[in-house]
Amino acid sequence: MVTALTILLCCQLAGEFAARLLGLPIPGPVLGMLLLFALLLGRRRAIDQVREPAYGLVRYLSLLFVPAGVGLIRHTARLRAELLPVAVALLVSTALTVAVTALVFQLVARGRKGER
Amino acid sequence: MGRVERIWVYLSATPLLWLALTLLAFEAGSWIFRRAGGRPIANPVPIAVAILIVLLRATGTPFETYFEGAQFVHFLLGPATVALAVPLYQNRAQVREALLPMLAALSAGSATAIVSAVLLARWLGASGETLKSIAPKSATTPIAMAISEQLGGLPSITAAFVIATGIIGAVIVTPLLNALRIRDWRGRGLAAGVAAHGLGTARAFQVNELAGTFAGIGLALNGVATAILVPVLFRWLR
Repeated sequence: MVTALTILLCCQLAGEFAARLLGLPIPGPVLGMLLLFALLLGRRRAIDQVREPAYGLVRYLSLLFVPAGVGLIRHTARLRAELLPVAVALLVSTALTVAVTALVFQLVARGRKGER
Repeated sequence: MGRVERIWVYLSATPLLWLALTLLAFEAGSWIFRRAGGRPIANPVPIAVAILIVLLRATGTPFETYFEGAQFVHFLLGPATVALAVPLYQNRAQVREALLPMLAALSAGSATAIVSAVLLARWLGASGETLKSIAPKSATTPIAMAISEQLGGLPSITAAFVIATGIIGAVIVTPLLNALRIRDWRGRGLAAGVAAHGLGTARAFQVNELAGTFAGIGLALNGVATAILVPVLFRWLR
């Protein structure tokens, strides 16, 4: 457990460091994820150390968004003033994005299967 | 001051109170979710958020006091994002196999997210500042905030739009994809991650691990794609 947490935090730290050093527009944790992935590919036994705690964190991913969600409280004035355009834009655009992404994936995946 | 008030004054100044209440609110949200038969509309996150906002309003607690306790939960978002490498590693064969459809879907989805949000908001009369703040709404929070700042939007408003997008995505993704009759877990997951970042990913993991893995990839790739596309598309949309 402690080993896994150490690995996760060190990957995040290295990711934050690299993102700032190289001036990349990618957040540290996302770079940290790529780093851990590379680490696992390089040292295949490392997976036994991180598997369970990592799945534990991922299982509770939605809980971790609650504090940021409560942060909506700070923007009630603007959200109320532009409620209609904001609500419609967020709702319709999110639905369109889900639909387009999934449909294009299916289209290209099937097209490739047909070629073989 | 009565005894209970004194205890309240003491407790409300420690991180313990709001940390415990954050977990309790999420437990309550999860309980309602289960009671609703796991229907996506009863997603535990918006329920917990609503409970906590009502509590903060009722007790007159400022957000900063709340966050002193809640920051411990918030902090774990970083290591949890790193942890997404583990399902990615476990399912790497399927990911490699789907590289081409993934990249095609990502490009189409990422552009749709930006263009449709800006056009709709403008058409309905949103202010210029709001348009700049809403453009990167489907990217993960730190990326979206950085893009918004670069564009001249308001990063903290962008953070609110990003969270709202995540909640909307987590609620609608399952019924919408069922209606479109898309059954491939890879495409379903990817769509959740591209459209609704971490909250979509959390929802995908609730349903299926392969979907969750692809959602994690969608979240990471769309962060990068949005950072590249927003500055280009926004100039073109104006």
